[in-house]
Amino acid sequence: MYTPIKCYQPYYGPNDPCPPIGIKCYQTPPNLYLGFQAPNMQQFPIQEALYRGTLWPVLYDPYPTPMKKGGK
Amino acid sequence: MWFYEKKLQYPVKVTECNPRLAKYLIEQYGGADGELSAALRYLNQRYSIPDKVIGLLTDIGTEEFAHLEMIAAMIYKLTKDATPEQMKEAGLGAHYANHDKALFYHNAAGSPWTATYIQAKGDPIADLYEDIAAEEKARATYQWIINMSDDPCLNDSLKFLREREVVHSQRFREAVEILKFEKDRKQFF
Repeated sequence: MYTPIKCYQPYYGPNDPCPPIGIKCYQTPPNLYLGFQAPNMQQFPIQEALYRGTLWPVLYDPYPTPMKKGGK
Repeated sequence: MWFYEKKLQYPVKVTECNPRLAKYLIEQYGGADGELSAALRYLNQRYSIPDKVIGLLTDIGTEEFAHLEMIAAMIYKLTKDATPEQMKEAGLGAHYANHDKALFYHNAAGSPWTATYIQAKGDPIADLYEDIAAEEKARATYQWIINMSDDPCLNDSLKFLREREVVHSQRFREAVEILKFEKDRKQFF
């Protein structure tokens, strides 16, 4: 399943000066997976599209990533 | 030739006078992966790119100027009523000494914009891969600025600009697909 965020646990050494951040995450936006966009995909209503910054739900990538999509 | 519409691409609202945020935002104004770099990069590369994707570079390059204008509006609003003391506290003392409240094309660390930030290699694949990388870097920069900003109105505009980077990257990736497409080879699905 597509997730817009990936996380990993960086190594924490015994002599590292700052408290560990625990997990580190990076964004993997939908453009990495879409390939050549197919015709006739679902669209947002025009007003909503102007607000969101894209006409295409498949390309919409809210930031910070919402909890239910794996965000912290 | 361009037509100018006397409005911003997306509204810019700023909650409070916050020159420190302006210092960070100027990265997207005159930084390596900022909107000026993007606009100049695409509008220059388009002359030596195959006909099929010239229009894409023209459209995206033009939109980058609209983004530049939004960033300018944000920086101006964040600093216009700041006192010299506030500018100094925000780390903008050197900027104030040189420019007062004027905007200038430099990055968050004060290095002036330079053409060495951009490239036109003349090789369509090399140029488009640079453009894809530039969009992802600009997306990341917006993320880091959003992470540091506690201004909900400003973040709303920044999230719009970040989403545009995602869309632009997608279109550049499609441009690569168009240029590498082999029309005589059988397509299997």
